[in-house]
Amino acid sequence: MSTTAVPSTETATLPDAWDGFVAGPWVDHVDVRDFIQRNYTPYLGDASFLAGPTARTTAMWDRLAAMFPAEREKGVYDIDATTPSTITSHAPGYIDQDNEVVVGLQTDAPLKRAIMPNGGYRMVLNSLDTYGYEADPIVTEIFTKYRKTHNDGVFDVYPPAVRAARSSHIITGLPDAYGRGRIIGDYRRVALYGVDALIAAKKLERAELDMERSTENVIRDREELAEQTRALGELKAMAASYGYDISLPATTGREAVQWLYFGYLAAVKEQNGAAMSLGRTSTFLDIFLQRDIDAGVLTEEQAQEIIDDFVIKLRIVRFLRTPEYDNLFSGDPTWVTESIAGMGEDGRPLVTRTSFRYLQTLYNLGPAPEPNMTVFWSDKLPQGFKDYCAQVSIDTSAVQYESDDLIRDSWGDDAAIACCVSPMRVGKQMQFFGARVNLAKTLLYAINGGRDEVTGKQIAPVGAPVDGEILDYDEVVAKFDVMMDWLAQTYVDALNCVHYMHDKYAYERIEMALHDRTILRTMACGIAGLSVVVDSLSAIKYGTVRALRTADGLVTEYSVEGDFPTYGNDDDRADDIAVWIVQTFMEKIRRFPTYRDATHTQSVLTITSNVVYGKATGSTPDGRRAGEPFAPGANPMNGRDTHGMLASALSVAKLPYAEAQDGISLTSSVVPTGLGRTRDEQVTNLVGLLDAYTLSNGYHMNVNVLNRETLLDAMEHPENYPQLTIRVSGYAVNFVRLTREQQLDVLSRTFHGAV
Amino acid sequence: MTTTDERQPGAPVVSLGMPLVGGALGRAHGHGTSGLETSETDDRSARLAAVRAGDIGSVHSWELVTAVDGPGTRMTVFLSGCPLRCLYCHNPDTMEMRRGTDVPADELLARIARYRGVMQATGGGLTISGGEPLMQPAFVRRLLHGARAMGIHTALDTSGYLGSHLSDEMLDHVDMVLLDVKSGDPDTYKKVTGRELAPTLEFGRRLAARGTEIWVRFVLVPGLTDDVANVEAVASYVATLSSVTRVEVLPFHQMGRDKWADLGLEYQLEDTQPPTPELVERVREQFRSRGLTTF
Repeated sequence: MSTTAVPSTETATLPDAWDGFVAGPWVDHVDVRDFIQRNYTPYLGDASFLAGPTARTTAMWDRLAAMFPAEREKGVYDIDATTPSTITSHAPGYIDQDNEVVVGLQTDAPLKRAIMPNGGYRMVLNSLDTYGYEADPIVTEIFTKYRKTHNDGVFDVYPPAVRAARSSHIITGLPDAYGRGRIIGDYRRVALYGVDALIAAKKLERAELDMERSTENVIRDREELAEQTRALGELKAMAASYGYDISLPATTGREAVQWLYFGYLAAVKEQNGAAMSLGRTSTFLDIFLQRDIDAGVLTEEQAQEIIDDFVIKLRIVRFLRTPEYDNLFSGDPTWVTESIAGMGEDGRPLVTRTSFRYLQTLYNLGPAPEPNMTVFWSDKLPQGFKDYCAQVSIDTSAVQYESDDLIRDSWGDDAAIACCVSPMRVGKQMQFFGARVNLAKTLLYAINGGRDEVTGKQIAPVGAPVDGEILDYDEVVAKFDVMMDWLAQTYVDALNCVHYMHDKYAYERIEMALHDRTILRTMACGIAGLSVVVDSLSAIKYGTVRALRTADGLVTEYSVEGDFPTYGNDDDRADDIAVWIVQTFMEKIRRFPTYRDATHTQSVLTITSNVVYGKATGSTPDGRRAGEPFAPGANPMNGRDTHGMLASALSVAKLPYAEAQDGISLTSSVVPTGLGRTRDEQVTNLVGLLDAYTLSNGYHMNVNVLNRETLLDAMEHPENYPQLTIRVSGYAVNFVRLTREQQLDVLSRTFHGAV
Repeated sequence: MTTTDERQPGAPVVSLGMPLVGGALGRAHGHGTSGLETSETDDRSARLAAVRAGDIGSVHSWELVTAVDGPGTRMTVFLSGCPLRCLYCHNPDTMEMRRGTDVPADELLARIARYRGVMQATGGGLTISGGEPLMQPAFVRRLLHGARAMGIHTALDTSGYLGSHLSDEMLDHVDMVLLDVKSGDPDTYKKVTGRELAPTLEFGRRLAARGTEIWVRFVLVPGLTDDVANVEAVASYVATLSSVTRVEVLPFHQMGRDKWADLGLEYQLEDTQPPTPELVERVREQFRSRGLTTF
């Protein structure tokens, strides 16, 4: 935004709400980063100032916790099957109205899920059917007869090649039947400016657009702006139903949290996105809280209570999804990712007391996967904060880490993570979520001339299969290279179809209203099965791999002889192959034009769907048997990393971030005692490991600090572990909500008794 | 050292509130030295000369470890060959030097150099372990010199039995020693290891006299080393060493059992159970009562 209706410093005094704030460009136009930079107070101390939960907080959480067993049992607590959700669709809802510090629920009652048919009505019907709810006949008529959905649109335009690739699971998880998510509204704007100023700014943008000729792009922009402005009006109305007028800026710390939360709430009432991330809010909110504390009107206990109550709300965000969806993504996730800390471009740490307060909720409320606490790690962060993060990780496993240096270099110091590892400038950038392709299957297609190794069907264009008994490295690589060309083309084709239709039929009105008019869009492609392909190619190159064929010539099994270097041992022979794959596929992706000229990126991430992908993939030349899980994300294959956790991580750190700008995910598990003999030693050693990994250009690390017995016992007695949280590929999940298969996979992963 | 070779990816965690430490159990075959260029020569005399000069060493494996073989995150190099035949050895495949892989010292030093940043960030360093590293003193000397030249913290993990192989000049390049005192009673020591206790005791005193930091390790095996008097003997000896900063009592476990069978060796502790938590606590208390920091 270049201009806004915020009163200018020259023509009017600043609103009272901004008393005590240092003015700057943020006063004249929407610029939250500038506001933060001029007003935040870095906190360099330790965690000793933090407050525990109040009796009110504990009672509030206990009230909800009592509802979780029923929800887990049934899959959902309750559903409103008759009211398609909009920002204003539902009457206000409360957990305990008289005692809530921050208010607002997605529907009129806690844990009651709403239907959001714009993504696809079949998903809604399947979900309702699964949980024993009747679909409303009028709603059904509307969304099958009168109102087309995103899902309908996509299947009107998919070419046959995309359909075939999709049904053979070589291109997987496409957001073509559900909300794409991964868009972060800058919810801070609501608190800083109030909704009226944001509407006024959108009107000025509209005036600019009206001066341009009405070409297709301009028309689309105008329509989107109109929807954004309308959504902002609805946001105000929704807040008003809770008794709040948010047309003007928040005047206190509590109001800032409430205003910001209303913005986020509007988004999760409107969109059932695969990841509905929060952004980078803690240091922003700290400015308001600190102002109140300085004025003597807020105590630490009260500040913590506000944050605790906010986090309670974030923890109970719910979407209606099918069991198949949950299998793919594991454990009913919402990815309310909050990005914390990091260093500013001016060298000051972006750590504030509220950065600590967010993490403190993991003690005050107990561990939980949501919100997805994500620390932007730099070795330059203040020691007190680093130590506290390590301590929280050891106690809860509920923190993930991303390289602040890599993210800041590419996206500046006001970026946040969407979902697990996808960075974006808040309010200035969005992504077209592209799920991922199965590269292990692609290798098998290369060997089999484009036929699927499971079904025998011809999926990719007919090519010459590999002949001969012993696989030749150069031949396999050449065929793999050609197959990746086909895959990249088909994949970008699919994503263009998906995102064209998502914009058209399930546009994220409120989230985009909290963005600038001109934004960077990325086409976020992704790859799965990296470690399988690396080890397979290494086996072919350094060992002897024989292809075993069925009667009709399909290679379905491999016999592997001889030693070969494997990915995950900081061995360049294998790791160079991994780097080559990442670079090569990215290069191929970049050749194909994208919808809305989005910038091509890719991730090396699977979330927990490495299990599902493995199931759909035949035996591979690395000795992995058909159906066995892949390693998650960019992880080395289970048990093949034999030189310790850090050596394994250093292999992953070699993957070039410039060729995987949507993120590279690594999950590491360690038992607490494997970090040291004493608590202090464990903290020091974990801090050291995180420093070492990020200094080695590692991008992301999930740290699971746990032991095997805990997990085994949790499998047998899930009722005793309602909050057991583990991190899997960029995301913390409730272990007891994983399928048994996923639980076994977590167990079979290398437990690094010593790191 | 065999006593530290308890790491086993995927193995059940020993729930005694202590790290699983050491070595190469469960390692994929042939991966012990992966990432290192190995030395292959058919010229037997040339090889022997290179070994004598310390240009080549017999290496079992390497690993990046945290919190177990000294402070911080360390590169631990396990050398092959050991003069002892500990009944409870968890890595009998490191006993014989011929089972190791020939690795040039320069190659290993290049790998160590690669982890200088990691060691610096974590307060770690290099730990030379085994087997018994002092079976290859010339090679160890090369590694110690090289590491020291890079400003890397060095630790030596040894039984001390061959302490006399370590010259004072070499000791100048050792920042700390992880000293295995496998028993306090000479007869028990002999029964456990097949060797004499005295050289270990003497080596420990020499280190203390020089002021070289020592972490003492004691492997607790029920029915073998757990006798109160035996532990008392170890503890009272350790208490005389002024440079000891920590004692680690390592509970015996059975995770190395299969390796003995794989190597065609007779394993005498087939029926031995890991110590009970109460026994471990009793032994630790014996050390603690002498004012020793004990885990």
